[in-house]
Amino acid sequence: MFREGEYRIPSGCAISGFINKDGHRVDGSAIVKSIALMHERSNGLGGGFAAYGIYPEYKDYYALHLLFEDKESRNQVEELIKDNFYIEVEDRIPSRNVKSIGKAPMLWRYFVTPRLSKIEEAQDTEENFMTELVMRINASVSGAYVISSGKNMGAFKGVGYPEDIGEFYRLDEYKAYSWIAHGRFPTNTPGWWGGAHPFTLLDWSVVHNGEVSSYGANRRFLEMYNYKITLQTDTEVIAYAIDLLVHHHKLPLELAAKVLAAPFWQEIDRLPAQERELCTRLRVVYGSLLLNGPFSIIVGFNGGIMALNDRLKLRPLAAACYKSTLYVASEEAAIREICPDVEKLWYPKGGEPVIGRLEEEAQCRLSA
Amino acid sequence: MKKVYARPAYCMNCHLCEVNCIVAHSKSRNLLKAFKKEKLRGTARVFVEERKPISIAVQCRHCNDPRCVAGCISGAMVKDTETGIVYCQEEKCVGCWTCVVSCPYGVIRPIEIDGRKLPLKCDLCKEYEEPACVVGCPNKALVFEERGAEV
Amino acid sequence: MSTFSLKTSEFSVIRDENKCIKCLACVRQCGFDCHQYDEENDSLYTIDANCVNCQRCVYICPADALKIYENPKPMRSNNYWSANDLKNIYKQAETGGVLLTGMGNDKAFPGYFDRLVLNASQVTNPSIDPLREPMEIRTYLGRRTEPIALQKQKEKDKTQTPIVPIETPIMFAGISYGAISHQAFEALARAAKEFGTMFNTGEGGLPKDLYQYGDNAIVQVASGRFGVHSDYLNVGRIIEIKIGQGAKPGIGGHLPGEKITEEISTTRMIPEGTDALSPAPHHDIYSIEDLRQLIFTLKEATRYEKPISVKISAVHNVAAIASGIARAGADIIAVDGFRGGTGAAPLMIRDHVGIPIELAIAAIDQRLRDEGIRNSVTLVAAGGFRCSADVVKAIALGADAVYIGTAALIALGCHLCQKCYTGKCSWGIATQDPYKTRRLNPELGAERLYNLLRGWSHEIKEMLGGMGINSIESLKGNRLHLRGVGLNEVELNLLGVKHAGEAI
Repeated sequence: MFREGEYRIPSGCAISGFINKDGHRVDGSAIVKSIALMHERSNGLGGGFAAYGIYPEYKDYYALHLLFEDKESRNQVEELIKDNFYIEVEDRIPSRNVKSIGKAPMLWRYFVTPRLSKIEEAQDTEENFMTELVMRINASVSGAYVISSGKNMGAFKGVGYPEDIGEFYRLDEYKAYSWIAHGRFPTNTPGWWGGAHPFTLLDWSVVHNGEVSSYGANRRFLEMYNYKITLQTDTEVIAYAIDLLVHHHKLPLELAAKVLAAPFWQEIDRLPAQERELCTRLRVVYGSLLLNGPFSIIVGFNGGIMALNDRLKLRPLAAACYKSTLYVASEEAAIREICPDVEKLWYPKGGEPVIGRLEEEAQCRLSA
Repeated sequence: MKKVYARPAYCMNCHLCEVNCIVAHSKSRNLLKAFKKEKLRGTARVFVEERKPISIAVQCRHCNDPRCVAGCISGAMVKDTETGIVYCQEEKCVGCWTCVVSCPYGVIRPIEIDGRKLPLKCDLCKEYEEPACVVGCPNKALVFEERGAEV
Repeated sequence: MSTFSLKTSEFSVIRDENKCIKCLACVRQCGFDCHQYDEENDSLYTIDANCVNCQRCVYICPADALKIYENPKPMRSNNYWSANDLKNIYKQAETGGVLLTGMGNDKAFPGYFDRLVLNASQVTNPSIDPLREPMEIRTYLGRRTEPIALQKQKEKDKTQTPIVPIETPIMFAGISYGAISHQAFEALARAAKEFGTMFNTGEGGLPKDLYQYGDNAIVQVASGRFGVHSDYLNVGRIIEIKIGQGAKPGIGGHLPGEKITEEISTTRMIPEGTDALSPAPHHDIYSIEDLRQLIFTLKEATRYEKPISVKISAVHNVAAIASGIARAGADIIAVDGFRGGTGAAPLMIRDHVGIPIELAIAAIDQRLRDEGIRNSVTLVAAGGFRCSADVVKAIALGADAVYIGTAALIALGCHLCQKCYTGKCSWGIATQDPYKTRRLNPELGAERLYNLLRGWSHEIKEMLGGMGINSIESLKGNRLHLRGVGLNEVELNLLGVKHAGEAI
């Protein structure tokens, strides 16, 4: 059987996520409840979560969540890790037995800091050094896969319905200020845990519903910037695109959204001169990163989440507020399930990003 | 009034205006019959004048004060007060061809049909919506339009 | 010289006497004196040896009385020695000259466009209906500098040339005034302006009365430098340095003196009646650094207000050459494949030099990406685009836009008789004979060209919608939407596509 990376597998999906902008951390039971409501939108072949603020005691270390299919790959990766990092803590990712979930791979986590000498050797920034290493493990160590690699965050994913995956990873024991979740309906039957969503890169995580028809164009553009596309999923490409735009090219998230779901020329042509010039430039320069075709995505990052629809809104996306919490999900019901008293609920327009960020005070508190 | 105007820059000397004119004024209104059976070759009411490389289709200007009408001895040549079209009422024509010699543009030709002398001139295809020469011109070298009163 | 000629009539013109009305339209319209009228006997006859099968008489005949047939070749040809080979040898044995021809390579080389098929959406993502949803095919030409955010902080780069929008990724290829009539040239200019795309002046300058179309003009600077002066450079929107042409890579051009009329002489800035000779190379460009100097000379001369395009023919090392051109400071690279047309070329060169445009696009796009400079230039492909599907496939392979030349002339009436070099064109296109040029009314020509662009653009939108894409930039270089049929491993690799039947 083919797995992600050998084959491109389109899938339909459910997504849900929320952020407590006041920085209040809650356990994973709410997000599991929300995504479980959309059971029909997935088919048991993939579920996953990303959570931010879960490792306050190790917040200065990169938390590497790793998946190994065998001892051999683990040995190879550990060698790589030891070579490049100081390991503060390493352990198995806690899990419980869930009947409906088949044989799980070995799941380990490492809290690490990169060796300065190695960064200097690579003549690169710390972030790029990390990115390189993650890509190297994913691309070159067969049987090993980096599930997540950010600071004070983690991704938890596998093959199964999302609610079972949540149970398996004991998400009720983690506390996060923002959670995003994904239930998958692939049109193929991949049996690989690494292929589930979210897809992450450092502290970026992306869950996604849709099939991007521009995949080939997006992918070849990103490859020009040395991104190694290993999974052949839309989600991977979206994560890299955001990384390129926001991290490397320093675009504000709002403008990055205008690249991924660009306004139509007829809208751009009507804008005031300065804005028109900016939007035109964005489209001309980053036209190849336009995500064409149906999608709704939730992007998680340190201190915030962003939800975005394709510009024709060919996939569902609802958003809601309650006090200082912002909810986004494929379906309104998935929000009401965990927040019956929403104060404001709306369906974001195609291409209009919904962004929630930690309030400044909460940001300070959490990073202190 | 709407008249036919030639655009010599686009006239390509194909003479199809003549062909179309003949067919439009034939009994059968069929190209092959008009030429082969009715033997109307040479009876066009529009004439392509050529001096290579230039060519131009000329035809009756339907003047405001037509000399052919003034000179007509039998009252056959008239200018329609409503449409402005200058035409010959053949039943009144005596075949003196005064009109032919009085036309300053030389666009009335003498012709003999079944032994009867008649003038041959453009009637702006008054039975059609638009003159056949204009409709059939492959290069839009003839146009049918209103250009205001002539001086 | 022997009076015994082995030249034969290629075609027979058959007149149906039952239909012929002797209107003489054929006699007056034939550019090659094939149709004759015997006034004494009031009869028409044809000199078949003169017929080039341009079909002008067939179309103009109001009685539908004419047919042209290809004659059986009176040649003892075989599988190796083709009738064409024999014919050419007989011809050269008589004349001792170089075989000349017009239009593009017509040899039976494999056509890759015909072995590539497109994708469409089913179930997992929806196709998009262009009648109901916006479908964007606007394309920008020029250098795409990045990243924006960083650029904003810096002072505006004064050497950055502007970008130029076109409303469809189809432009008219360089065809010079001189090679074609003023009427044909004007038709191209008008259609480009009306549709919001560009026409290319070719190497013969731009007549003053067409300066009003300057905003839609790509003005060419070729090795002969015909008609190049300050006003010309500044009136155009884009300047193109023409290094080579797909129909005749590596050689120059020759416009015979008979075609240099007064107006052409004024436009080209050469004496009336003298031959216009374009040297094979630019004599100030013998290397890539020389090209860089010319690029920046032109940019300086136009105060960095015009993007500079460099047009080359597709040859074996085209990817590396294109990369060099990008690094030399060009904003646009135009590459012309071996099917590209011309007014006149030696037959051997036209049919045997250069490579297919499909492979050139794929190679250049991939090389520029490998080097991380794909975004710094626009890639325009030319050479034998026959229909909108060819355009879509070229863009999926990696082109930003295409030039159409032959297709545009066909829209104007060209019937590919390949006799452009004789200057006798019956359709009023490739001739300067004032008796013939007037048969192409630029108003009608512009309308036909506009219609062609409209039709193709609409088809492109339909194809995009079927793929689930609503913007042309998502197609650019998106080779996943292409599959090869009947291509071997090497060809698939070069084109960067999978074989039909293979999943993504």
